[in-house]
Amino acid sequence: MKKKLAILLCVVMASTVFLGGCKKTGVNTSADKASSDVIKIGVFEPMTGGNAAGGALEIEGIKLANKLYPTALGKKVELVLVDNKSDKSEAANAASRLVEKDKVTAIIGSWGSGYSMAAGPIIKQAKVPTVATSATNPLVTKGNDYYFRVCFIDPFQGTVMANYAFTKLNAKKIAIVQEVSNDYAVGLAKFFADSFKKLTGDDKAILSVSNYNTGDQDFNAQLTNIKAQNPDAIFAPGNFTESALVIKQARQLGITVPFIGGDTWETPEFISIGKNDVEGATFSTFFATEKPITKESDKFLTEYRKEYSGKEPAAVAALGYDAYLILIDALNRVGSVDSVKLRDELAKTKDFQGAAGVINFDENRNAVKSAVIKEVKNGKFTFKEVIEPTK
Amino acid sequence: MHYKIDCGALRYLKVPQLLRGYIMFLNMSLSSFLQHLTNGISLGSLYALIAIGYTMVYGILRLINFAHGDIFMMATYFAFYAMVTFLLPWYISFFLVIVLTTLLGILVEKAAYRPIRNAPKISILISAIGMSFFLENLATVVFGGRPKAFPAPDIFTKIIHIGSISIQRLTIIIPIVTFVFLLFLLYLINRTKSGMAMRAVSKDYETASIMGVDVNKTISFTFGIGSALAAVGAIMWGMKFPQIAPLMGVMPGLKCFIAAVIGGIGNITGAVIGGFILGIGEIMLVAFFPNLTGYRDAFAFILLIAILLFKPTGIMGEKISEKV
Repeated sequence: MKKKLAILLCVVMASTVFLGGCKKTGVNTSADKASSDVIKIGVFEPMTGGNAAGGALEIEGIKLANKLYPTALGKKVELVLVDNKSDKSEAANAASRLVEKDKVTAIIGSWGSGYSMAAGPIIKQAKVPTVATSATNPLVTKGNDYYFRVCFIDPFQGTVMANYAFTKLNAKKIAIVQEVSNDYAVGLAKFFADSFKKLTGDDKAILSVSNYNTGDQDFNAQLTNIKAQNPDAIFAPGNFTESALVIKQARQLGITVPFIGGDTWETPEFISIGKNDVEGATFSTFFATEKPITKESDKFLTEYRKEYSGKEPAAVAALGYDAYLILIDALNRVGSVDSVKLRDELAKTKDFQGAAGVINFDENRNAVKSAVIKEVKNGKFTFKEVIEPTK
Repeated sequence: MHYKIDCGALRYLKVPQLLRGYIMFLNMSLSSFLQHLTNGISLGSLYALIAIGYTMVYGILRLINFAHGDIFMMATYFAFYAMVTFLLPWYISFFLVIVLTTLLGILVEKAAYRPIRNAPKISILISAIGMSFFLENLATVVFGGRPKAFPAPDIFTKIIHIGSISIQRLTIIIPIVTFVFLLFLLYLINRTKSGMAMRAVSKDYETASIMGVDVNKTISFTFGIGSALAAVGAIMWGMKFPQIAPLMGVMPGLKCFIAAVIGGIGNITGAVIGGFILGIGEIMLVAFFPNLTGYRDAFAFILLIAILLFKPTGIMGEKISEKV
């Protein structure tokens, strides 16, 4: 009896590890991709761990696109979802798995530049065309011919927020708090700092750069130091949960200056964790539902609200949707699943009408797009303004 | 007195880290320093609270319960569902959470440790690690991987201003709770009959059972108390850092383990001292050496290595012949 119980327990334990590890839609046979009657598109996103909320939003968009456009080249398109567990080495594992085991035709992902960069070499070597959703660090696509992205990059985003701080907040001195173990946050902080120093003409306009680690919960020490420096505003690029806690703890310490940040803040968790303390937090992102740009935007908005019972889509959901669409479009144009041909066709994409705007790639396969500034107002992300890209 | 030295210029000189920290200290105003100290005490008492549960189980059973951090995590979810889904008032929720977590602790012991109690120590240790992974993955499947917001009641999170120092009510409540539980445990273990049974079991459980001590009951009791402490720690942690996720127990679990080792594992007073050393140390590291912030967790582990090298029994620990 006891032995049976022990065996049962082992089985339950083992099964939860698998259940937690990966989820797949549809059946998966390891048939050769050329002769198979399905086209597999791999998706690697954080489904667990610190960035899980961001990954979930993008997957919503990708799944919706798959539902609306279920075929390419007359074949059924099947999504293979793999969890990168908000971890760089798991992201590389996830990409390897998609390439080697599932033999996917193309890949979408990921939320988080660090995870995309970790998967980069594997994608480059395997020559599988990949479209990043909201990874904004320039290094994701740089030097990797197979990596594309449907969002803008951080040198632009940094300028947008520096401009906002300088002109709208009249800030002269800024303190930066960055998630130091996150490539995205460190990159964005640097581009912001460079741009802000240029705007103010003051080499000491950035009072300090404080660091924290992914997963940290206590930021009181960094914030107490910042309080003593008296900045006009605080720029805090980083993951949404940590950022919400940073702002919360800053308010508790009596820091009242505005907080500004980047696209990763736009998740429901940012507001549910930060509550009243994140009111007024302002950040740049990719798309606002108040400003549909293309016909596809309207379609996306209606279908999304229908599919997810009236919920307002986040910008990254639209990017997930676009990443899928742009792949299907290229597949249909090239008429083959050959990865090299698909890559070349993808690179030729011109004026693609996506949900989050028109996509044209620059020489490093980055989408050149406008940015949107949003603010947390009455517990909601509200649209403030659109910033056009500088040519 | 308060000197100002330009730190900006120092950036270009190769000033040793230690000296730079000293200069930071000189430049810091008294109120900033007191704020840092308050932050440190608040974090330290939180570590201490969780560490005493850790260390008590070890003290009685000579078992490092690696699932402690995950029982702690489960407790935050119990609190979340009690307050958000079932809309129970906080005092009923907290009571329920403690009861449920206690039951969970007893269940974990029954399922994963009791069947192999006579096996070598290493098997139980591996079983504990397995249980830890099991709970993490179970929580991921059942509760989902997305972080949730812990509903902290306002009466605990109000801010009190003393001069230019801001203190959350919790900052005062947590150390008090920690000390109350410390005294309670010391009383329980040293002055009560159950405590005597616990001590007897910790010395030699075979002999204790011959003498009429119900070993199973005593061990269940120990686990129950340990888990109840994890639940209290979890509630306090959740209110201070209102974000919960399935893997949230890993770091606090490790840190509190370190705190317990610093204090002398098995010694409850030591665990409290260890918790404070770790909490205040971490805050001061970030405060005075901002460049080293990235090594904050490393600091805790370096401390662990140093203690194990130079004083393996910890600050308060007695000599033990057995090691895990």
